[in-house]
Amino acid sequence: MVSKSKKSDYKVIGTRPIRHDGYDKVTGRAQYGADIKLPGMIYGAVLRSPHAHAKIKKIDISVAEKMKGVFAVMTAKDLPRLSDKQRGNSEESGSEKHLSENVMAMDKVLYKGHVVAAISAKDVNTAREAVKKIVVDYEVLKPVINVDQAMKKGAPILHEDFVGDHLGKKVKNTNVATFNKYTTGNTDEGFRKAHLIIEKEVELQTVHQGYIEPHNGTAIWDEDDRVKIWTSTQGSFANRDSVSKVLNLDVSRVKVTPLEIGGGFGGKIPVYLEPIAAVLSKKSRRPVQLVMSRTDVFDASGPAPGGKVIVKIGVDKDGKMLAGYADIRLEAGGYPEAFIEAAAKCVFSCYDIPAMEIEAYDVLVNKPSSAPYRAPGSPQVAFATETVVDEICRKLNMDLIDFRLLNVAEKGTRTALGPKYRKIGLKQVLEAAKKSDHWQSNLEKNPKSGKLRGRGIASGYWFNIGEKSAVNLSLNMDGTVILTEGSTDIGGSRASIAMQAAEVLGVKAESVRPSVVDTDSIGHTDVTGGSRTTYATGYAAYKAAHMLIDEITNKAAKIWDLSEDEIIYSDGVISSKTDSELRMTLREFADKNPFGPVVSSASVDLEEAAGGFGTHIVDLEIDPETGKTDVIRYTVLQDVGKAIHPAYVEGQLQGGATQGIGWALNEEYFMSDQGTMLNSSYLDYRMPIALDLPMIETILVEVPSEDHPFGVRGVGETPICPPVPAISNAVNDAIGSRILSTPIKASKILNKLKSM
Amino acid sequence: MHPFDYYDPKTVDEAVEILKKFGDKAKCLAGGTDVLVQTRGERYELDAIVDIKKIPELTSLEWTEDYLVFGAATPCYVLYEDPKVCEAFPGIIDSASLIGGIQIQSRASLGGNLCNASPSADGICSLIVHEAECVIAGPNGVREIPVEDMCVGPGKNALSNGEFLVSIKIPLKNSTFSASYERFIPRNEMDIAVAAVASSISLENGKVASCRIALAAVGPTPIFAEEASKMLIGKEPTEENIKNASSKAKEIATPISDMRGTVEHRKDLIEVLTRRTLSKAVERVGV
Amino acid sequence: MTQNNVRKVAINTNINGQEMDILVDPYVSLLETLREVVGMTGTKEGCNDGNCGACTVNIDGRIVDSCLVLGVEAEGKNIETVEGMATPEGLHPLQQAFLEEAALQCGICTPGFLVSAKALLDNEPKPSEDRIRHWLAGNLCRCTGYDKIVKAVKKASD
Repeated sequence: MVSKSKKSDYKVIGTRPIRHDGYDKVTGRAQYGADIKLPGMIYGAVLRSPHAHAKIKKIDISVAEKMKGVFAVMTAKDLPRLSDKQRGNSEESGSEKHLSENVMAMDKVLYKGHVVAAISAKDVNTAREAVKKIVVDYEVLKPVINVDQAMKKGAPILHEDFVGDHLGKKVKNTNVATFNKYTTGNTDEGFRKAHLIIEKEVELQTVHQGYIEPHNGTAIWDEDDRVKIWTSTQGSFANRDSVSKVLNLDVSRVKVTPLEIGGGFGGKIPVYLEPIAAVLSKKSRRPVQLVMSRTDVFDASGPAPGGKVIVKIGVDKDGKMLAGYADIRLEAGGYPEAFIEAAAKCVFSCYDIPAMEIEAYDVLVNKPSSAPYRAPGSPQVAFATETVVDEICRKLNMDLIDFRLLNVAEKGTRTALGPKYRKIGLKQVLEAAKKSDHWQSNLEKNPKSGKLRGRGIASGYWFNIGEKSAVNLSLNMDGTVILTEGSTDIGGSRASIAMQAAEVLGVKAESVRPSVVDTDSIGHTDVTGGSRTTYATGYAAYKAAHMLIDEITNKAAKIWDLSEDEIIYSDGVISSKTDSELRMTLREFADKNPFGPVVSSASVDLEEAAGGFGTHIVDLEIDPETGKTDVIRYTVLQDVGKAIHPAYVEGQLQGGATQGIGWALNEEYFMSDQGTMLNSSYLDYRMPIALDLPMIETILVEVPSEDHPFGVRGVGETPICPPVPAISNAVNDAIGSRILSTPIKASKILNKLKSM
Repeated sequence: MHPFDYYDPKTVDEAVEILKKFGDKAKCLAGGTDVLVQTRGERYELDAIVDIKKIPELTSLEWTEDYLVFGAATPCYVLYEDPKVCEAFPGIIDSASLIGGIQIQSRASLGGNLCNASPSADGICSLIVHEAECVIAGPNGVREIPVEDMCVGPGKNALSNGEFLVSIKIPLKNSTFSASYERFIPRNEMDIAVAAVASSISLENGKVASCRIALAAVGPTPIFAEEASKMLIGKEPTEENIKNASSKAKEIATPISDMRGTVEHRKDLIEVLTRRTLSKAVERVGV
Repeated sequence: MTQNNVRKVAINTNINGQEMDILVDPYVSLLETLREVVGMTGTKEGCNDGNCGACTVNIDGRIVDSCLVLGVEAEGKNIETVEGMATPEGLHPLQQAFLEEAALQCGICTPGFLVSAKALLDNEPKPSEDRIRHWLAGNLCRCTGYDKIVKAVKKASD
């Protein structure tokens, strides 16, 4: 039933219709998480720890709870005690206990901003004022704020009773939650034979996804112990799962209604406020809404891990890679999971290296617990690998792209974690980069302005998780189709999903009306993340559309009193093989069909798809007197499999590249010695503004994936991987020296120039 | 945030009354781009906010025989959309068009920027090098002080209980005078200055007749770099002389290292920006 | 009344061409007033301290961050929000251009960008790319990289 469609025949795929939810979004009607108002709704606020590491000795709520306008107060005592049982879903891990404690601290606070208590009150200001009246007695402890501090002998330990897993051995009294090693081939021999070995160490500061919409959660806990949640989330089912665990309720008692979401990039997969809203609702007998402030978002949601990465590559005299070694140390924050396995998977992903050894450490530090940020773990390792590659090329005097092509990963290349690649398109991307206008153009290295210019290139990779999605279709009497799905839409995915159904059904994109529905209304659907949505939910839509055609065929046969195999369905028209007079459009069929509702339902549980590779080219201009760096030209090339809606694919490439540019040049968590973030506002956490960027050219290379009927590959995450090394390489090209720590800010560049 | 009441006096005297009554529990509201952020951030607790924008003197703009006088609550855009102000005081316009983005410039005022007394303020150095004066009203009447005396510490101004800034006066200059303001920020807008310099120059027979250099973000208050300023007087504005004055300015700067910049970077920037603003000021005079 | 007896203030204002009388606490922002008192949630809160522009509204022809304006200051003013841009005849050309150019991904910053861009085009019919970027410097977008937003504004100006 699942067949490959011929590329050239596509009528809907590859076009650029206006997205179905667009009208609501440009008129301000679309309802985001903080926009919902329920009758009788009251507001919550949370009390957060001012300390990065402390024991909670006592919490005194006696004054706060008596304040005028206050409905209820809660502490972690109002939450059930959970076990150390591991959670084990793909985008989040750690134990149930950790999940609960990150929502609200029990005995200890592990990062500044860690929630300690919460209050519901008649309005936001009253709740916030009341929260100030809760008195907490802390025993302040010394914090550890980076991997070096955390791994040092004698370092303060974050979780006294935690047992780490170091190469399979259980280890107590450690801040290293996990230490893994991945080996293929014989790296000792590889390095021994190498003509040239280059090793580089990079350091990255913590960065934040920076979504413009703060976290929110609105809840009702009713008298039947059923909890209804309205929230901006990247996964209603993941949200429901987490909320029900924290509240110790059966999953069926929790219903999550996803509202529109104002950005996530991975950061809105974990839950923060929803369980709090639920408990406050139970205690207040009212719906309760909580919204984070911007400071809270920076202090206490889930930033991307900072850390240190060492990469060492050995090549023969022709530049062929013989061995690769990596040491990856990433900050998990207060609770485990720093995405080290993903990092290990990606570090050498662009290259065919016969021997690889990777050591990876998941390190607990007194920072907010890391959450996924667009290809979590991959940008960090790409910085190291692509720096080494750039250096090798310069030492061997080899062309930057030819060297990459010589060592390119292809179908059949064995990856560091074992599996071999299926069909991938990095080679095509590199070849397109070589031919691109940007690469072919001459960069005037020393213009009259006195500024220094440099060009950099780098590649990156992210895999696409598959997992579960469900789609329901229903034929309207006017021939249009309702599509319901559970993938919350952060970037236009409901349109791409509808387009895939429309393509199969042979109707216009506008004729399939998609809705993102709640957890009671659709089959289990995994998160909008891991670049899986257009791929997996689209695949479910594809299947559901074929099943709908089966239904239509079946009923059309009854209408015409023919057998089913005499019916042809093509391009939205139903006809008979045997009688050329018999012909109906889908609309005509829907109008006259007397044989009951025409519906279908499909689900998928997919394996990981062969992912997307990208290569970026950047031209920079540096003011040698101040170190100020401006991006003057930027091109993103990526294998996108098959671009369902090219404009939104281009958007992912441009958006991801921009986040990477910010990561490279200006973004960082500037920490005090006490472990607190000093720059927790958009004023000093500096994300790129419109005036900081040129137009970003995108070149979509389409190497259709073997894993999807239309050849779809996930595209959203890969674009954040190349920018940091591309920019670092460009700086090196401009000034002849490398800056190996993010952010590559003006003061670092000026210091380098002065020292040369 | 502590709830506060709103007052909108229609005269200077009314405003003084209210401010005197509430003492440090009241603040003036001009554009609100600092005071609302600070009170929400709990830098202070207010019982009253005093909206001074309905007092005519606070938003008027007047050319007298010797001065340009504009109200302390005049939004930045009023200055930079006024062709006469742009022509007469490009150095002031440099500042007014740099404070925040368009949304901020619709509300923020140079007067508010001055009273906020941030060491990295974008408006204060330009006012200093133009020899601007502050017109202050209070319980004891009206007084005037030079702009460089307004900032007494980081975030602290020279106003006492019941006083507020009514207007700013900029002495009119002739075409031998001009000024320039430049700041270093990591992005291309929306940042607080890491370091900034304003320079003004007047020329007579090819030599520098007057020079003022002011530095921002490199001390507890904006610094009037008097010594550096004096170095150019009587000399030709050559590259060499400008360089020497800039090196002096760098010496005078007393920055700290914080999340916005390091001591070393800030000092280097002061030298560069002093050179650039002096050259620019000279260029503007020449035009 | 609140803890220290601050009373609500009655104000008369005009929002998107409609005159209204509303009661506001004197210490709340115009942003909160629009969203909670008037019930118009098209204007968004991103940071509440004037650094992201998601709360941009137009007051008497000038764009401002409504988080840094007090609700009581709306007295006697003409306020335009994103909800006022479309007419019974259809979308404003900017809204149409944003849809056609795919200039939004999550859409949370879109109301702010639309109100800002409209103010630009109302005063400067054919701005250059550089001018557009300068004008929109106070509006943060994390999803798009600004490319398609700039293209949409250019398209609408044609």
